Amino acid sequence: MDQKKKTDLIVSASLIAFILIVLFVLEKIMPSGNMLFVVLKKGAIYALVAVSMNLLNGFTGLFSLGQAGFMLIGAYTYAIFTIPTEARMAVYQYFDGGIVQFTVPVFVAFLLAAAVAGLFAFLIGLPVLRLKSDYLAIATLGFAEIIRAFFQWDALGPVTNGSNLLRKFPTFDSVLFPFIVSGVCIAIIVLLINSSYGRAFKAIRDDEIAAEAMGINLFKHKEMAFVISSAFAGISGALLAMYQTTVQAAAFKSAMTYEILLIVVIGGIGSITGSCLASFLFVACSEWWLRFLDNETFIGAWQVPLLRSGFRKVVFSVIIMIMVLFYNRGIMGTREFSIDSVTGLLKRRRLPGDKKMKKGGK
Amino acid sequence: MDFLHANLPYILAGISVGGQYALIAIGYTMVYGILRLINFAHGDVFMIAGLVMIYASATMPLYIALPLTVIVTVLLGFVIERVAYKPLRSAPRMSVMISAIGVSYLLQNLALYVTGGLSKMYPTIPWISDSITIFGATTKVVTVITPILTLVLVIALVLFIQKTKIGMAMRAVSKDFETSQLMGIKINSVISATFIIGSLLAAVASFLYFSNYAAVVPTSGAMPGLKAFVAAVFGGIGSIPGAVIGAFIIGICENIIKGLGWTTFSDAFTFALLIIILIVKPTGLFGERASEKV
Repeated sequence: MDQKKKTDLIVSASLIAFILIVLFVLEKIMPSGNMLFVVLKKGAIYALVAVSMNLLNGFTGLFSLGQAGFMLIGAYTYAIFTIPTEARMAVYQYFDGGIVQFTVPVFVAFLLAAAVAGLFAFLIGLPVLRLKSDYLAIATLGFAEIIRAFFQWDALGPVTNGSNLLRKFPTFDSVLFPFIVSGVCIAIIVLLINSSYGRAFKAIRDDEIAAEAMGINLFKHKEMAFVISSAFAGISGALLAMYQTTVQAAAFKSAMTYEILLIVVIGGIGSITGSCLASFLFVACSEWWLRFLDNETFIGAWQVPLLRSGFRKVVFSVIIMIMVLFYNRGIMGTREFSIDSVTGLLKRRRLPGDKKMKKGGK
Repeated sequence: MDFLHANLPYILAGISVGGQYALIAIGYTMVYGILRLINFAHGDVFMIAGLVMIYASATMPLYIALPLTVIVTVLLGFVIERVAYKPLRSAPRMSVMISAIGVSYLLQNLALYVTGGLSKMYPTIPWISDSITIFGATTKVVTVITPILTLVLVIALVLFIQKTKIGMAMRAVSKDFETSQLMGIKINSVISATFIIGSLLAAVASFLYFSNYAAVVPTSGAMPGLKAFVAAVFGGIGSIPGAVIGAFIIGICENIIKGLGWTTFSDAFTFALLIIILIVKPTGLFGERASEKV
């Protein structure tokens, strides 16, 4: 087993290194305005938030719709603490430069974003996590809306700049940055899911009452999943802020949460690799591959009907509806993409016990 | 008395908005009562009704445009149920809810495509857009008409549910889905009837609501939809009188908060109310207690 683990580790590490090198080379040889980079950057960010939502919806069975709210908190925390002191006068022009008059390094700001989002999640979780399925969904959705209103409140202007934009904070150029940050965060989530806590989460998802009877503290574990998921949503919010170069609370609507939820569903509820895959596909389809549908096209003198601005989104949402209705297990179902499943068909035959466990464990 | 006088416009606006929320909320509460589904697309059906009215009244006279809007909205509600919810009847509740979110996404994008992202001006419907003065406060006729019309429609609906055969079937289905099926109730027609009634009331609400707001954008259904849902939860989900009372309370409170100069928080208040009611009394004002079986 140890030998297998070691080779697995080596293969995964070299795979990751390979991806990073490919990205690095791509960036060197292709013009930076290429759509591919937009997709890769945004896809990496969405992958992180989709995985964090999957931790809640897919692995703990908590149907929460508050992700956009926690992304907002993360984005704001990051922006507030990293705007350079000399730029604050210009950004907070209606609030005398704001009251936060120091900056922290980007890395610390990321940790702060996670911590603040987690703290909010902890407080929100105390009352909300006692609710059941769809009531939980609507309550978390409600909290996300409250957070959005709260951050736009004029009285908090010296901190949040009211309903005005936050800008001029440090951003990233290289596509490697979101990949590395998201990758590390997703790795941490995977480790968590494979730990004994992760097993407790899955037990809660499969049967709350049975889990409680086995001695799992329901509330404690739900709260934990909620806080961790929200903290990572906060980090992805910070990444999104960097990607967009500006932050405004008004953008973090419930529609954003719905998009993330749809990514999770397309990838397969309960599959980490599915979520990652789906977020790249989602971003690629909505931003890039379906673009041609938005342009008026002529074949000879005949104008192709229906094609004009906005049609892309309609086709896209029809595709999503078809996915939801007919392939509601998503691309991956609850399976994971692993090196084993690709290269090791033979290896698997040699380990019948392993296979059995995977089948029974659902 | 001074407070009342100073806030009269807000209270009037609140009652009016409350009536409009009530009409939308009935759609939510009936669907939830029967399918245990939060129909996220309902708010967008309401928005589509507004758009249909705009396009219809641009080309045809009002007496055709109004009924046409109602018919199109009802058809839309019916088709959504048949296409997006019926295939998932035996699927877990979460998948149906995701499907509802998908429909909402589709309707919004469709509206975005059709309108080209521009906000469309709502036509003025004669008479109900005229201004009148009550107790020294100037307002539109629609403000006064809304609560009256709402009450009339609600009473008609309650009578329908209490007295007719299909109403009885609805009550039976909401009590116990499987057993009523065994008793020979055609479940699909009952569910379709529910969606048809819900969409009909949403269409009426859209006439009243958009007459006050003048412009329709693809997202204008989202907020009223969510608030109406909160009203339904507040009144006890599944209960029609509950939804109506909840909607009026939310409409009035929201407008008084606006009157106090806290406009930013008028939306947040609704959700705060939702969370408080869910924690203190999850069954709402008139909801029935559902016991959980192991």
